[in-house]
Amino acid sequence: MGTIVEEIFSKKLKRKVKAGDVVIAPVDYVMSHDTTTPLAIEAWKKIKKPIFNKKKIVIVFDHYYPSPEIKSAKTHKKIRTFIKKHNINNFFTQGVSHQIMIEKGFAVPGDIVIGGDSHTCTYGALGCFSTGMGSTDIGCTWATGKSWFKIPETININVSGKLKKGVYAKDLILMIIKLLGADGATYKSIEFSGNTIENMEIHERLTLSNMAIEAGAKCGLIRTDKKTKKYLKKKIAEIFPRNPEYEKIINIDAGKIEPQIAYPDRVDNVCDIQEIENKKLDQVFIGTCTNGRYKDLEIAAEILENKKVKCRTIIVPASNNILKKAIDSGLIDTFINAGAVVCNPGCGPCVGRHQGILAKDETALTTMNRNFRGRMGSPDSGIFLASPATAAASAVCGKITDPRRLL
Amino acid sequence: MKAWKIGDDVNTDEIISCRHYPREDNSELGRFALEDVFNEFTENAEKGDVLIAGDNFGCGSSREYAAIAMKATGISCIIAKSFARIFYRNAINIGLAIITSENAYDKIEENDNISIDFNKGLIENFTKNKKIKFDPLPEFIIQIIQKGGIVSFLKEKDLDDMTNDL
Repeated sequence: MGTIVEEIFSKKLKRKVKAGDVVIAPVDYVMSHDTTTPLAIEAWKKIKKPIFNKKKIVIVFDHYYPSPEIKSAKTHKKIRTFIKKHNINNFFTQGVSHQIMIEKGFAVPGDIVIGGDSHTCTYGALGCFSTGMGSTDIGCTWATGKSWFKIPETININVSGKLKKGVYAKDLILMIIKLLGADGATYKSIEFSGNTIENMEIHERLTLSNMAIEAGAKCGLIRTDKKTKKYLKKKIAEIFPRNPEYEKIINIDAGKIEPQIAYPDRVDNVCDIQEIENKKLDQVFIGTCTNGRYKDLEIAAEILENKKVKCRTIIVPASNNILKKAIDSGLIDTFINAGAVVCNPGCGPCVGRHQGILAKDETALTTMNRNFRGRMGSPDSGIFLASPATAAASAVCGKITDPRRLL
Repeated sequence: MKAWKIGDDVNTDEIISCRHYPREDNSELGRFALEDVFNEFTENAEKGDVLIAGDNFGCGSSREYAAIAMKATGISCIIAKSFARIFYRNAINIGLAIITSENAYDKIEENDNISIDFNKGLIENFTKNKKIKFDPLPEFIIQIIQKGGIVSFLKEKDLDDMTNDL
């Protein structure tokens, strides 16, 4: 009985747990990437205990892969040596860690997954409790197979109605973050529900859960249903709240939402697109763990079809599987014909390490989840966040553009 | 112990700018902690002092350098109205004592002389002659902090050893 997070932990621990309890729980998978693995290795070495189960460890190179310079190459080499020495088979380089976790079947409804990356909360869309932690936590779990958790209170975000044409899950979550504020859900679980969410496809739900952390949340959970089962193509545990007690319920009318834009340098600086249209752009970037999935690319391609971009446009599919599908279906042709650059799957320029760094006074509109100062390069550059449709329309016009003008 | 006071939403970049790391010896990071936003603290804080903060202390990145830098200043504790979640965990994991208390922020002024009893959940403000209660941290978290962090803790014990205390 309880909220989704209480249900998941109660089932795992085979006893009733409730918000506020501090528990030690087994972890089903522990993920880290090229930025967070080195300190995890150091912590694990100091503990001097064997790895609890190497099959449960997943390491992905995504933040700066292939290595853009020598220092990065040395770090990659160091991690590879560790991986080889300990026979860690779940090592991947074919996309953003969070997309890999989903594609490889490591994000399972009812499971507990931790990751050395704040956007690990993405798998909440599949009814999987997943949350970001620091490197020491990751190293400790390599040694113990467990971690400690404080069961969070839950804010229920109940969304009903139909999103307008040109308005997507990204616009909804930006609007929710504006409503909650950057620390509005700190320590808490967000549960998304309502007929708008039920009608959403899984790729849209993943966009919602991915950005739960931008309101400070520990996780962003969505109950499982037929769509979850179809997406994962296997039998799954049914995860849903039972007589939950929510700390707060927020009702949202989806039909009233306009395309949203987050402007520099906070994710909760959000406005309707009308308030900011025509702002000139130097670069557009479509991709990331938020919006680099196939359907996101398809929406962008619809707008870019038979058009030319008017500013630098970078497209980074979230994984090689997505890239391959986009090649086969012709989306990549559309991007290339439009004058965009398509880069190898991974985090792309989202973390400011490669593939599209911004110079002083430059401005980018992206489908990323964060627009902190200097995240894509110069501290004197600016980042706007929006949906793939808004990003594609803005690329065509070289300025912030309401996608409905081109749809 | 002397109290220092800072406001809301202190982020991980303000705690320690990335221009100072990585470096060979992380204990040097203490010399730069909060330098851009609270230089008086950076220059003058002494071993054992306490930092009192507002809401959402440590927001932003999951990087551990922020917690490492605060610990390296030598302060004995951070008391905040609230902490960003990942900073909170990172602090405990590296053995930096932290207390969440709404009251403390209102009842302690900068330069007040205070003491903290972690087991009893009691802060004493000698300057103002006030006692402030806080919810004590769970026993196993106190143990982790006392051991100097979760790595040292796990060298001797398994997490399961603590199950009975929860």
